[in-house]
Amino acid sequence: MTDFNEVIGHFSDLRNCLTQGEYLHLGFQPNSSPLKERWRNNGLSADFMADYVTTFFPKSAEDPNSETRQIEIKSAVSFIANELLENAMKYSDPSLKKAISISLILEETRIVIIESNAAKTVQARHYRDFVQKLEQSDPMQMYLEQLEAKALDDSSSGLGFLTMVNDYDAKLAWQFQSSEEQGIITVSTEVSLPI
Amino acid sequence: MKIDSGDYVLDYDERSDKVQIIGSLRLNGLEEYAPVLDVLRECLTSTTAMTVDLSTLEFLNSSGIAMLSKFIIEARSKDDLSLTLLGSSKVPWQGKSLKNLQRLYPALKLIID
Repeated sequence: MTDFNEVIGHFSDLRNCLTQGEYLHLGFQPNSSPLKERWRNNGLSADFMADYVTTFFPKSAEDPNSETRQIEIKSAVSFIANELLENAMKYSDPSLKKAISISLILEETRIVIIESNAAKTVQARHYRDFVQKLEQSDPMQMYLEQLEAKALDDSSSGLGFLTMVNDYDAKLAWQFQSSEEQGIITVSTEVSLPI
Repeated sequence: MKIDSGDYVLDYDERSDKVQIIGSLRLNGLEEYAPVLDVLRECLTSTTAMTVDLSTLEFLNSSGIAMLSKFIIEARSKDDLSLTLLGSSKVPWQGKSLKNLQRLYPALKLIID
């Protein structure tokens, strides 16, 4: 089988150059308990990340906008982290026994959230084709098309990404990397939120 | 009628044709959202003027957005319906995502306080 290494969008992969600054890194084992039981952890983890970030955007009595800003950033991080974890839980292959990771990195002008999970090559290529279409689309037009389409079917990963782009002004990028194990790809999704 | 899951409460007041949802909705896919959608549909079929109050719904995941859009698409095909959606400017996701839902159904009365 040939290698599958590809990047879509501007993937900065900050996890490999973390030497200073603020970051969080959480890991999950997708086969450790049934999906229904693990589902609750998505919300808990996303809210934890969102709460963590608020420390760096304190409310100030002198700046009336500071409270709104804190609430908006918290809401955006909570939504994005939750969607990335839900997607990872739904679409990663528990039989591969590979951890799902999510990292939050705080930079001067943006918050970067990166989620990684393992997938079989066939699934990874399918996902690659989907995100390629997403990347080339008009996000609002595709969002409305997806909302209409959702009346008929039940795959909502695209809707989550499109909400991030349209409602939170986020930038998305993806990395597909062959692993040492034959036929297994590490799929990483990076969401960059301007602050 | 009331559903109380611990994470969210759904309250359907049959007398005022109002459905209020409070808390956080993070259910997995449309299948898990079926009980919520069923109540919205029940209200929709029993009235020509209904209100959905989301102003205290703090969190809605994308499956929830999909469920709401499904409901709104069903509602717009009903003649002589007056559908009001209540939101709050204090809950950031609402100002953004609810306006997008209004694009699906321009006659939707969206009130964000």
